[in-house]
Amino acid sequence: MATPATPTTPSPHVPPGTVVPVAGWSGMVKDWSSDREAFAVPWSKAMMWIFLVSDTFVFSCFLIGYMTVRTATVVPWPNASLVFSLNIGGAEVPLLLIALMTFVLISSSGTMAMAVHCANRGDRVNAATLMFVTAVMGEIFVGMQAFEWSKLILHEGIRPWGNPIGAPQFGSSFFMITGFHGLHVTAGVITLLTVAIRMMRGRYEGSGYRIVEVVGLYWHFVDLVWVFIFALFYLW
Amino acid sequence: MESSGTQPSRHQQDHPISLYLKIWGLLFVLSTMSYMVDYFHFHGYLRWSLILLFMLLKAGLIIAVFMHMAWERLALVYAILVPPLCLLVLMGLMVTEADYTQATRLLFFR
Repeated sequence: MATPATPTTPSPHVPPGTVVPVAGWSGMVKDWSSDREAFAVPWSKAMMWIFLVSDTFVFSCFLIGYMTVRTATVVPWPNASLVFSLNIGGAEVPLLLIALMTFVLISSSGTMAMAVHCANRGDRVNAATLMFVTAVMGEIFVGMQAFEWSKLILHEGIRPWGNPIGAPQFGSSFFMITGFHGLHVTAGVITLLTVAIRMMRGRYEGSGYRIVEVVGLYWHFVDLVWVFIFALFYLW
Repeated sequence: MESSGTQPSRHQQDHPISLYLKIWGLLFVLSTMSYMVDYFHFHGYLRWSLILLFMLLKAGLIIAVFMHMAWERLALVYAILVPPLCLLVLMGLMVTEADYTQATRLLFFR
């Protein structure tokens, strides 16, 4: 951990009762055993992290369940590389749509990180603008996902209970996992737009721009989940 | 703790924007490499280990830098990172279960 050295004893000008953070393991023991709040962060951030841990369990259970049915089935699994290919100029490019979606979502995570950076510096206009850009990229991602779903449902005939190209579990796990992730992205887009608009209207001038970092945590988590879905569902 | 007096509040610290751009570029490179695994039709254990390697590297970069976990206090870091390790138990259980189910299906339904 890149934690700067901090004094272990309070210096004289620190008022009594103030907790001075200590780095490393001894700091962790102190944080947990000092009969006070354990996390040295704002509540909104701690609660967002706890929500994200619970969401980690939800998505992990989906992915583990998907791996279980995929391992257990005796019907051949559809080749995702071909199912998600795009036809460009007469040639089938494997997984192209998914690769594009991945790059769009990673880029949105990059702009979100810069929005948090601007918010920490008190740069209201740039932070809100970057959040708008992030939301637009998230919406492009959802649009591509809608295109992918309609292609699979209308042209390939894939249903949650079966499909003509292989194991029926392919449809159920695909719609469940990507659907739940798409809902998360949609919720993130709505949240980002709300916070960006409120920020421009000056709603956070009194309380500070801390909310941007909390929203950013959620957005990065959505990107993080996609990393796992991309690897375990589309590439596996 | 918001009342940390004269100490700089750790969640407000600033990193140069170039750091985020570098991580962004690195995530692009890693995504392209995992796409290449599919494009060049790697198979078997080579494919799976490469996919998992790139996945974990990308996840690590996002959590450590974008989500600022590298600069959080250990009390918070371990409260977040340790509980999901329970999932390894579930994974182990499900690997055994899935193998058993498949063996039974092969025995009776083929």
